[in-house]
Amino acid sequence: MRLALRETMIGFRRAPMLSVLSITTIAFSLFAFGLFSLVAVNIRKTLGEVESRVEIRAFLADGTPVEVVSAAMGDIGAFPEVSRVEYVSPDSALARARAELGEFKDVFESAFLPASIDIRMREGHRDPETLKTIAGRIKSFEFVDDVRYGEDWVDKLYRIRNVATAAGLVLGLAFAAVAVIIIGATIRMAVMARAREISIMRLVGATDAFIRRPFLIDGFLKGILGGLLALGLTWFASQVISHNFIQTAFFSRGLASLGLLGGAMIGVVGSSLSVGRHLRKV
Amino acid sequence: MIRFQHVYKEYPRSGLVLQDVSLFVGKGEFIFLTGPSGAGKSSLLKLIYMEELPTKGDVWVSGVRSKGVKRKEVAKLRRKLGVVFQDFRLLEDRTAEANVAFALEVIDAPRSAIQPKVARALAQVGLAAKGTSMPREMSGGEQQRVAIARALVNDPFVLVADEPTGNLDERATRGVFQLLRDINASGTAVVMATHNLELVRRSGYRTIEINRGQVVFDSGDGDRAKKVEVLA
Ligand SMILES: Nc1ncnc2c1ncn2[C@@H]1O[C@H](COP(=O)(O)OP(=O)(O)O)[C@@H](O)[C@H]1O
Ligand SMILES: [Mg+2]
Repeated sequence: MRLALRETMIGFRRAPMLSVLSITTIAFSLFAFGLFSLVAVNIRKTLGEVESRVEIRAFLADGTPVEVVSAAMGDIGAFPEVSRVEYVSPDSALARARAELGEFKDVFESAFLPASIDIRMREGHRDPETLKTIAGRIKSFEFVDDVRYGEDWVDKLYRIRNVATAAGLVLGLAFAAVAVIIIGATIRMAVMARAREISIMRLVGATDAFIRRPFLIDGFLKGILGGLLALGLTWFASQVISHNFIQTAFFSRGLASLGLLGGAMIGVVGSSLSVGRHLRKV
Repeated sequence: MIRFQHVYKEYPRSGLVLQDVSLFVGKGEFIFLTGPSGAGKSSLLKLIYMEELPTKGDVWVSGVRSKGVKRKEVAKLRRKLGVVFQDFRLLEDRTAEANVAFALEVIDAPRSAIQPKVARALAQVGLAAKGTSMPREMSGGEQQRVAIARALVNDPFVLVADEPTGNLDERATRGVFQLLRDINASGTAVVMATHNLELVRRSGYRTIEINRGQVVFDSGDGDRAKKVEVLA
C-alpha cells in the first residue's frame, strides 16, 4: 500500500501535466453531467410540487341530499389511493372562484356554481392511469354530473418528467463513458511510461494485482479530485443561475457524495481497463 | 527441477522455433546452452521462466506444469528463480541498492527483511561498497553484477542467464563467469545461454547445443541425466 502510494506520487511528479489533464477532463465530464443533473433535480422538484396539487373534482347533481353525499364521501375516502376528500358547497365554490379570479369577481356576482367533492390522491397514485381509473369509478355514482381532473396536463406533466429522467440517464451514461475512455487513455500513457518497470516487476514475480494496484489508486485519486472540482464548478454554476435567473436547488449531501463516488468509479474502471489490457499483452 | 517433454514452440510469424525438445536439469547443475544466433536459445529459456508457454508438449519447473498454468502461479514461480539478460535490465533512475530491493518490494516482502537481504546479495556479487551508485555510474560488469544480485536476492533454486556476458569485455566476462560458478558452487543451478565457445570448452560443464530449434548435442544426456533425476 505504501509502495503503491509512493509510486503514485512518483507518477505525479514525473508527469504533472498528464495528471492535471486527466483530472481536468474527469472534472469537465462530471461537470457536464452535474449541470444536467442539476436541471433534472430542479425539474423533478418542481414537478413534485405541482403534482402534489393534482386533484379530482366531482361535480354533484343539483339537490343531492346531504346524507347521500356524506355516505359517498366515506366510500371514496376509503379507497387506498385517496388521501383526502373534501366537500365544496356552491357558496364556497363561488368564494373560491372569486378569490382566484380577483379582478373578474363581478362576473360571479350572481352566478351559480355546482357543489363538488374534491379528492386528493396519495403520493405514488398521482399518475394519469390511476387518476383515470378513480375518476371513472367516481363518475359511476348516480348523483355525479361530471368529473374533471385535468387529463391533458397531467398527461403532459408525466411525459415531461419521463423524458427528463430518460435524457438524464442517457446523457449521464454517455458522459461517464467518455470520462472512462479519457482516464483510460491517460492511465495508459502512465502505464507506457512505466512499461520497463512493469516488465521487471513481472520478471521478479509481482502478481497482476500488485502491478495494477498503484494505477487503480492513481485512478481513484484522480476520480475523487475530478469529482470535487466538478462539484465546485456545478455549485458555482447553480449560484450564478440562482442570482441571475431562477432559484435553483443544489444537490443534497447524499447526491453530492454519490457524484464523488461516481468520479472515483470512473477513475478506477478507466484505469483498471487500460492496465488490464496492457497486462494481457505482456 | 526442470523438465522438457517433447516441447514444440511456434510463433505466429516465425513458425516452429523449437522442435521436440526433451531435457532434464537436475538440482544444482550448471548447464551451457549454445548454438548459433536464432537457434532458439532465448525461446527455450523463456519456457523455463514461463514467459512463453509451449505450443505442444510440457514443461515442468519446480512442480509447476506449463499446461493450464495460471498467471498467478507463474508469478509465484518467478520468485523462486532468477533471470539475467545481456542488457542487464536495471532501472536507471535508482541506485544499485534500490534496484535489488525492488525485487523484494514488489512481492510484498516484509519491510524489515529487505535491507539485510539486499546487503547480503550485494556482498555476494562483490558490490558491497557500491550500493548507492546509480547504474550509469557503473561499468557493464558491475551493472550485470547488480542484475545478478537482484536475481539472487530471493534465494532462487536456479539462475537463468541469457547471454549474460554478451555485452562485456573479456575481463568483465571472466569476472561474471567466475561469479556464476561461485553461485553454482553454493548450490544454485545455473542455465546459461552463450556464444562464447571458449568459455564453454574450458569449463567442462554440461553443454546442450541447439540448432534450428532442435537439440543436436547434449554432453550430459542419457545416463547422467537419469542419475541426477533419481537424486533429485
Ligand atoms: N516473440 C517472438 N515472436 C516471433 N518470433 C520470435 C519471437 N521470439 C523469437 N522469435 C524467433 O524465433 C527464432 C529463435 O529466436 P531466439 O529464441 O531468440 O534465438 P536465439 O536466442 O538462439 O538467438 C528466431 O527466428 C526469432 O526471430
Ligand atoms: Mg537470444
